[in-house]
Amino acid sequence: MPKDLVAASATPLVLGILSEGENYGYAILKRVNQLSSGELEWTDGMLYPLLHRLERLGYADAAWKVPAGSRARRRKYYRITESGRQALAEQRQQWAVITDTLRDLWHEMSPPPSPALLKG
Amino acid sequence: MPGTDDTPELEALLAEWRASLEQPSAVHPADADELEGHLRDQIADLASTGLAPDEAFLIAVKRMGSVDALSGEFAQEHPDRLWKRLALGPSDDERPSARSDFWTMIGFACAAALAVKAPEAFGVDLTGNARFYGRNAGLFALVPLAGYFVWNRGIPAARALRTLAPAFAGVAVVVNAYPFENGSDTETLAALHAPIALWLLVGVAYAGGGWRSDRKRMDYVRFTGEWFIYYVLIALGGGVLAGFTTGAFDVIGIDAEEFVTSWVLPCGAVGAVVVAAWLVEAKQSVVENMAPVLTKLFTPLFAAMLLAFLGAMVWTGRGIDFDRDVLVLFDLLLAVVLGLLLYATSARDPRAPHDAFDLLQFVLVVSALVANALVLAAMVGRISDFGFTPNRVAALGENVVLLVNLAWSARLHLGFWRGRLPFASLERWQTAYLPVYMIWATLVVVAFPPLFGFA
Repeated sequence: MPKDLVAASATPLVLGILSEGENYGYAILKRVNQLSSGELEWTDGMLYPLLHRLERLGYADAAWKVPAGSRARRRKYYRITESGRQALAEQRQQWAVITDTLRDLWHEMSPPPSPALLKG
Repeated sequence: MPGTDDTPELEALLAEWRASLEQPSAVHPADADELEGHLRDQIADLASTGLAPDEAFLIAVKRMGSVDALSGEFAQEHPDRLWKRLALGPSDDERPSARSDFWTMIGFACAAALAVKAPEAFGVDLTGNARFYGRNAGLFALVPLAGYFVWNRGIPAARALRTLAPAFAGVAVVVNAYPFENGSDTETLAALHAPIALWLLVGVAYAGGGWRSDRKRMDYVRFTGEWFIYYVLIALGGGVLAGFTTGAFDVIGIDAEEFVTSWVLPCGAVGAVVVAAWLVEAKQSVVENMAPVLTKLFTPLFAAMLLAFLGAMVWTGRGIDFDRDVLVLFDLLLAVVLGLLLYATSARDPRAPHDAFDLLQFVLVVSALVANALVLAAMVGRISDFGFTPNRVAALGENVVLLVNLAWSARLHLGFWRGRLPFASLERWQTAYLPVYMIWATLVVVAFPPLFGFA
């Protein structure tokens, strides 16, 4: 997957995951993997500058918390804010325009080759 | 972060990775905590599938991405963090000692401000007693600084009272008890030289008893350069503050000038001495030393100026238009050259081989010596015409003191250049010479007035 595409989709993806509830970095990455069935590969470290940017822009709040449990280690939890939700709604609309356009276009073309063929 | 049941090897690997991440970069310890937590989660997950801890570590680190790329991303997100910052107040993550040191500094700065205003309580106010304040300026400024260092270095009070206190008291007695004639030259000379002697005395307190050590002395030279730069910066800020205070109160019809000149300026001037010293101490490890940077910048420029001066003198065949100020000008020039030499020496790695900059320094020193020799030669023939006034003898003495230092430095430089002497010998010469300045300055303060009949 090209880097630009991953980078462009990262913000709405992370905001979307955060809108499901507060979460910490490692769990967010696992959720991305799960949602994309492992197709979307991030360099793990890059998630954190992104999270910090969301925090700076006021789209997310962060707090260090120690989760309940015997082997608990303190973790930095991120929670989406009201303006984060607005930003997410905006991005969602923009992405909808793009995906709709592409779907319409590709609908008229021949069916795509299967991913298995591409990988082979 | 406390380990769980991870192996010691894994802990070592994690610590190493973390250290490379926290190298001077935009990654703060809290961010490193976050990233380390991520690694630990990942390693735990991988280990639960049966991988050995070190294998799990390698995979987790690989997925995290290269440390360089990561710190690059952080630098893009937090560009401000690349500017090393010096917190002025005590902050939470500082050592408790730094915190208490901050309040010590405040205490001594306030004491200095009170001391400079204390004579006023006895009717000696600033406007009518410029001579008194001029003679004692060095004491007002440097006694609190010495006190700060005595406190800060934990020098036992008994020892400070036995060694430093008598020296300071001696200077105080001399400058105040001598029957100077009104507006006499010896008084001005004493006022100018007392701070020099006292500054070197402060060095004894700075070194905390180790003033015989070359390294401590060189440290004090470095400290002096940085202190000077900080003091000038604070003074500039203070000037702006004073200007705005007067201007703003003027707008509402209140004359604040009196308050500014009699309170803000004197108290600020002596308080800033301690504050600047504290800043140098506190930021030692935070910011690059400035004095050597300025040295690198100005050594070539001064060398070029001196060469041009010598060239112009030879080319035009002009003699030296001799008057009293010429010698003072050349004293100052030699002092600047010496400063350039000293700060370049202080910042140099003694083990490095000689380079082009050393050659440049050699050119600078030699051309300064030649220029100075021409001036001296012009003077020697005519000194009898002028007579020995205190100012002239002081200027001549200073010239000799600086000349001896520079001439020997040039010789040592040559030896170093030829590979016969280690660079450390240059360093030792400079530090060994420091007491000479002190002796000369003390001589001018103590011996000159009676010698010249307090004229």
